[in-house]
Amino acid sequence: MTGAATGAGGVGGRDLALHLAVLAALLALQFVLPAYHHTNLARIMVLAVFAMGYNIAFGYTGLLSLGHALFFAAGLYATGLGIVHGSLAPGIAAVAGLLAGGAAAAAVGLLALRTAGVSFMIVTLMFAQAGFLVVLYFGGWTRGDEGFVLQGAQRLVFGLDLSQPGPRYGAALALFAAAVLVNLVLVRSRFGRVMLAMRENAERARMLGYDPFAVKLVALAVSGLYAGAAGAAYALLFGYVGASFASIQYSILPLLYVLLGGAGVVLGPFLGALVMFYLIDLSSSLTSAHLMVVGAALLALVLFAPQGILGTLRARLLPWLA
Amino acid sequence: MSLLSARGLTRHFGGLRAVDGVDFDLAPGEIHALIGPNGAGKTTFVGLLCGRVPVQVGAIRLDGRDITRLPAHRRVRAGIAYTFQITSVFARLTVFDNVALAVQARGEADLGGAVMAGLARVGLDPLAGQPAGTLSYGHQRLLELAMGLALAPRVLILDEPTQGLAAVEIQGFKALVRGLAPATAVLLIEHNMDVVMDLAHRVTVLEAGRVLATGTPAAIRADRAVQAAYLGG
Repeated sequence: MTGAATGAGGVGGRDLALHLAVLAALLALQFVLPAYHHTNLARIMVLAVFAMGYNIAFGYTGLLSLGHALFFAAGLYATGLGIVHGSLAPGIAAVAGLLAGGAAAAAVGLLALRTAGVSFMIVTLMFAQAGFLVVLYFGGWTRGDEGFVLQGAQRLVFGLDLSQPGPRYGAALALFAAAVLVNLVLVRSRFGRVMLAMRENAERARMLGYDPFAVKLVALAVSGLYAGAAGAAYALLFGYVGASFASIQYSILPLLYVLLGGAGVVLGPFLGALVMFYLIDLSSSLTSAHLMVVGAALLALVLFAPQGILGTLRARLLPWLA
Repeated sequence: MSLLSARGLTRHFGGLRAVDGVDFDLAPGEIHALIGPNGAGKTTFVGLLCGRVPVQVGAIRLDGRDITRLPAHRRVRAGIAYTFQITSVFARLTVFDNVALAVQARGEADLGGAVMAGLARVGLDPLAGQPAGTLSYGHQRLLELAMGLALAPRVLILDEPTQGLAAVEIQGFKALVRGLAPATAVLLIEHNMDVVMDLAHRVTVLEAGRVLATGTPAAIRADRAVQAAYLGG
């Protein structure tokens, strides 16, 4: 039996070992990285958690959402506004952010999941744009495009000052590790198999007794929890809350990360975020036309590795990869 | 005492009367064949029974319970399994995972054991680890059947199950279906008359959305109206 078939109940040995090795490498890297890359990697891990949530909806369940900025922003603003206007302790505010992302996704899903395909893309996009406009409309609290800053005691969690590089990297890694492990368990679970069935053929899955609407709604809500957690972490770790995070750009980014790294692969979003981040970073140091470099990279991806980096690797070499 | 019954079942598509006032009874443990010329409404009729096609007029009862408005996935949970005419296995999932989806739908604790047993029933257990899309057509038909059986249904609806099977596979299929009684009643749409005559306890003939005749295979073979309409005189 191959790796996929051993999914009968649990995470395979090689699979788990690979993911633990990646986490261990990230743990070790913080002691050797220069300050600039240290901060970058913390940011990439948080964005990767966001994209992992996107992957649960898109890569595993086949829901092509264009509205995930709303769920990220729900986490970001629930945390930021909770601290600044609600006087919540930062730790509590982060939990509120997590839940806000899940609740926003569930609410959007209740309506948007009546549609499928292109209609689903348009409806989720509309909801996210409405969320963006709500942020601007309530500029008195959100300060709109300009945004607001969290500082000092507003970023203290369990006595850790998350504005300092060490605790910040540690918190990002802890969140990322939890997200990876939960994702692994989820996709290797019975429910994970049903998510794949929805992606592959929802009508067939229905005739095996699964309610497509209910399954997709749960998957989208879990996806929203990831996005909300990432948004909450972003607010606390980087101390800035602004409307740009609710814009269309932040709905497209996780899609690009997932496509680049590999849809339906747990580490795909992280690899995609890492490569894309440094592609932009390096190319913008060489030319002002850096987006052209990114575009060329995406074209090459579509032409030569349409399943993304890890998706292609799995198809050719590592069939056991989760 | 019928396990599954339909009364006055009707489904029109625009002006086309695909199913037009059909009464139907399936007894427990029975193997019932549904035959009729192309376009007679066979697939639409079983679509109404299993919930893929909404009922316009009429009523369906499973074991006395009205299921006319029950959504398809809940009818599956209630014990009506349907296997597709056009093979629609999950091509990118393994053979194991395809059957596991059916097994876990009934809350089986020993997933691995039940899946391998289900695959062994149709002889696909050596292929458990392969992506379903790489199987031959005949093997995909058998996988489709294994998925239906793995639901442990009370009623198994098979839409042209032997289409594309080799002669030896058809023999295996007949033995398998015979072995399902009395736990499972079978309703099969079938074009292969040898299979129908050999396997079915009763046969219903549909024509233009209506029941032309119902009876034992021998009676159907002797029926002049059926001969004229379908069996080619």
